[in-house]
Amino acid sequence: MEQMLLKRVGTAGSAGIGTALKLGAYAALEPAFRMRPADVVHEVKQSGLRGRGGAGFPTGLKWEFCAGAPGKQKYLLCNADEGEPGTFKDRFILEHDPHLLIEGMIISGYAIGAEQGYIYIRAEYPAQQDILEKAVAQAYESGYLGRNILGKGVNFDLAVHTGAGAYICGEETALIESLEGRRGQPRMRPPFPAVEGAWRKPTVVNNVETLAAVPFVITLSAEGFQKIGEEGSPGPKLFAVSGAVNKPGGYELPMGTTLRELIFDHCGGISEGRRLKAVIPGGASTPMLTADHLDVKLDFKSLVAAGSMLGSGAVIVMDDRTCMVHAAAVLIRFFKHESCGKCTPCREGTGWLFQIYKRLLNGRGREGDADLLLRICDSMQGKCFCPLGEGAIQPVLSSIRHFRAEYERCASGACDEKICRPLVH
Amino acid sequence: MISEAAIERIRKTADRYPERRAALIPALHIVQDELGHLSQDAVRSVAEELDVPVPEAFGAASFYSLYRWKPSGRHVIYVCHNLSCSLLGAETLLDHLGKKLGVPEGQATADGRFSFERIECIGRCDGAPSMLVGKDAYDNLTPGKIDEILQRYT
Repeated sequence: MEQMLLKRVGTAGSAGIGTALKLGAYAALEPAFRMRPADVVHEVKQSGLRGRGGAGFPTGLKWEFCAGAPGKQKYLLCNADEGEPGTFKDRFILEHDPHLLIEGMIISGYAIGAEQGYIYIRAEYPAQQDILEKAVAQAYESGYLGRNILGKGVNFDLAVHTGAGAYICGEETALIESLEGRRGQPRMRPPFPAVEGAWRKPTVVNNVETLAAVPFVITLSAEGFQKIGEEGSPGPKLFAVSGAVNKPGGYELPMGTTLRELIFDHCGGISEGRRLKAVIPGGASTPMLTADHLDVKLDFKSLVAAGSMLGSGAVIVMDDRTCMVHAAAVLIRFFKHESCGKCTPCREGTGWLFQIYKRLLNGRGREGDADLLLRICDSMQGKCFCPLGEGAIQPVLSSIRHFRAEYERCASGACDEKICRPLVH
Repeated sequence: MISEAAIERIRKTADRYPERRAALIPALHIVQDELGHLSQDAVRSVAEELDVPVPEAFGAASFYSLYRWKPSGRHVIYVCHNLSCSLLGAETLLDHLGKKLGVPEGQATADGRFSFERIECIGRCDGAPSMLVGKDAYDNLTPGKIDEILQRYT
């Protein structure tokens, strides 16, 4: 497939505006400004573009809600808080093609009627933050940001805002709270941010990859954009592959590529000639799949049908040396650490899950621990304030579903694989 | 005490937002970069500068993982211990750093050069196991590679 999102990423100096311009950056601005804002919203809606951050919400619809919300002051926020374990797809754009993101944001701001944007970038990306700041400054110098862009009367200001280490800030209402200088705890919805978001004004929060896809909706038209990928999942998609593969990395592929093609054709197969055991297809909060699922298509619909989710497109591959109890425990440790504490089921539930995993891996497992874990998950499922808690239980549920015997071996002390290690932290 | 230069940067940052309070998280970074960690006095000064009630500033500051509350090394090493890095040996690296530096996680070495901590996913899973030293990222680490990298920092 022709590379779009990663087209400029391989070129030396692609983060600089000179090189980016030579390679076509900002070319979608003119055609976008020739359209009325409402027509840009319509085009994105027709394109079928769905959010690339994890939830897959239709982008055009989100924009329509915001564009139609009362009030003159609106905000566009870019979610660059890429914190879902296994996810590093946005890093390529932030690091090597920040001008593609800025171009997408200018068009999005124009469409929804926002003249101010912020990029909320995680503090774990300090080098990328510097690159972004420089790119924003260059875009101002070249007249792509600020007042009267391209002499078309369009205004758009953009600033980079840094987080401070909190996964929950990837949730859009928590991101807004954090941007406003508060603890990153999610807000009650409704009102949705499109109606009442940052500083109580209508706000759109879009993922980096989503915004980076916007210029292509303009240049290819909605119809052209839809020709890429699968029905219901149009457009190019970045996959971030890590773990037990020969060639881990970022891959831009049409949606609908199978897991087998991704792992074996693109990533060179399982490393050291081992066998595939489990795959997390869309980041830590998406249910694990097994070698039996290799022919599943990587798109929104097919992954749900297979019992998982496309999520952020972060594929973590585990080989036959992996202890599944340990793998789930590492993820539960993460969710426990990142639970924001606002709601009881998530705050307490992740803590209890972690305690049981710790016991199991420290050789003090008890018969029935797998069922106890499932009972705790049941008291969290559908009862948490935001999607973090729902995501947290997925590695537990899916690892027990597919690998229950390992839990039982671990609990009885009969496991002699010696591939896990005690969990102390 | 926070320097005048830092206060000036905080004021400039606050200008980017419709409400000054929004500069709180970036301002705490500015202070931490200058002092190496946050102190009660520092948070209080930032709160006053940005017109944030002091308890709310502490509430926010204590929420985030990447603020440090005790003296750290000049170079803070963050080793990722999430799944992809864990699968490829993160714990071995943490053990190695503990032995090599002779300090527990989160404590500065006697010469004040380093401190190391574990961190959740830093988005470098394609180069697992990975770590950050200040703003510099390092991938595909081994204990030997870490020894060689640390020599670059004085």
